[in-house]
Amino acid sequence: MKKTPLYEKHLALNAKIIDFGGWAMPVQYTGVIAEHNATRNACSVFDICHMGEIKVTGTGAQALLQFALTRDLAGQKAGRVRLALLLNDHGGIIDDLTVYKMADDLFILVTNATRTEMVLHRLRSILAARNFDCRLEDLSHKTGKVDLQGPKAQELLLTQTDADLKSLGFYSFLKAQVAGIKAVISRSGYTGEDGFEIYAASEKIGLIWDRLLAAGADFGLQPAGLGARDTLRLECAMMLNGEDMTEDTSPLEVTYGWLLDWDKDFAGKEAAAALRDRGIDKKLVGFEMTGRGIARHGYSVYHGEKPAGFVTSGSFSPTLTKAIGLAMLDIPCAAEGTDLSVIIRDKPASAKVVKIPFYKREKS
Amino acid sequence: MPKPNPSDRFYSKDHEWIKDLGDGTALIGITDYAQEMLTDIVFVELPEPGKKIAAGEPLAVVESVKSVSDVYAPVGCEVIEVNTELEGAPELINSDAFGAGWIAKVRPDDAAELGTLLAAADYNKLIREDGQ
Repeated sequence: MKKTPLYEKHLALNAKIIDFGGWAMPVQYTGVIAEHNATRNACSVFDICHMGEIKVTGTGAQALLQFALTRDLAGQKAGRVRLALLLNDHGGIIDDLTVYKMADDLFILVTNATRTEMVLHRLRSILAARNFDCRLEDLSHKTGKVDLQGPKAQELLLTQTDADLKSLGFYSFLKAQVAGIKAVISRSGYTGEDGFEIYAASEKIGLIWDRLLAAGADFGLQPAGLGARDTLRLECAMMLNGEDMTEDTSPLEVTYGWLLDWDKDFAGKEAAAALRDRGIDKKLVGFEMTGRGIARHGYSVYHGEKPAGFVTSGSFSPTLTKAIGLAMLDIPCAAEGTDLSVIIRDKPASAKVVKIPFYKREKS
Repeated sequence: MPKPNPSDRFYSKDHEWIKDLGDGTALIGITDYAQEMLTDIVFVELPEPGKKIAAGEPLAVVESVKSVSDVYAPVGCEVIEVNTELEGAPELINSDAFGAGWIAKVRPDDAAELGTLLAAADYNKLIREDGQ
């Protein structure tokens, strides 16, 4: 398994390590619920070094991304982040990634760990077929990343940086020193709380991690693993690539229709438009268990006697203290309030379709 | 640190305990070591009283936030009572695995079979090796 630069630190913290797409990652330190609640109520720090970073440079960089990605990047200013999709020719999602515009001729794409190779492959084949004046470089192994998330994140991070975080808007970033290390700080994350994604050279990220943990005691900081990351994102109905979507999934079937900018060209548009015109026959929805049991990824879902689809993500929700999930369901069964049965160990347990997100933080 | 394993009961390699109540019945639960590995137990599926279960077959299911684990019957037995408290308070297994967190009361098919399981000292040794 591949290890992040923080691997030894996780062992020292007695983390439980799992295989996440070929990476040895901490799933939890003290416990998922404690780490989850620390993120909602105070702050937590996650090792996200496994995610990919791809540098796109050159006078044609913007033109390449504008053509390859679904999102219109024309209005994106330097210092801003945008979520975008890279589709295959069938209109399926290769990756949901974020685009960091550093300058007019310099972009960084942040990709899901398991999708980085596929993103590079797709971008290279687009480059080979069309002539954009730009270069791609995979910076993943050189780049470390930690996410500092939670209502106390800003206060804690300000003990380690002089950066003007208070004026940094959501999905904006700046370059600054963190714990004396050159870093990029972005106000963004995958937890539904305020917080930051912090990037630095992979050999230096350990220093930032150590300093945050040392200073964090006064702010209720917990190191948090992929277990809490998963329950936090699920409560906000943020999807997980590989679980809630695969390359066979259209953005129209999940919550990503808004990322398709139809007024411009993008790779995979023809297939996406054909599906849009034909209409989708299945859709990702939120559900909660009304009967006993916890639905898990892959469990079958029925509406009465009729197969309706399957669970893509399911867990106990620490914030709501009930079992929730996302399911890909046939359209006739996908309306809010529809009664469902989830098959748990060969027995049906009742559930119903509910509005998502399950949890939304109160904005201060 | 897990709580000490009481010497008044027997243990399985799968981290269940079984305590002979001396009246032909026995209590079954999971060990404190097991609950510490699972952490945050949020759901327990209990068997129906009257159910007959062979040694090594699933008796119950415990789920943490992120995992689903079977609890196995350490010996062949018939379920006579289950701890319905766990339906509303599955975290009792976390807080008191050897006491209030018991899972089922059973009638072992053969009381002598309990003696084939691990004594507390042997189980201590097993989890020490497991932890390394």
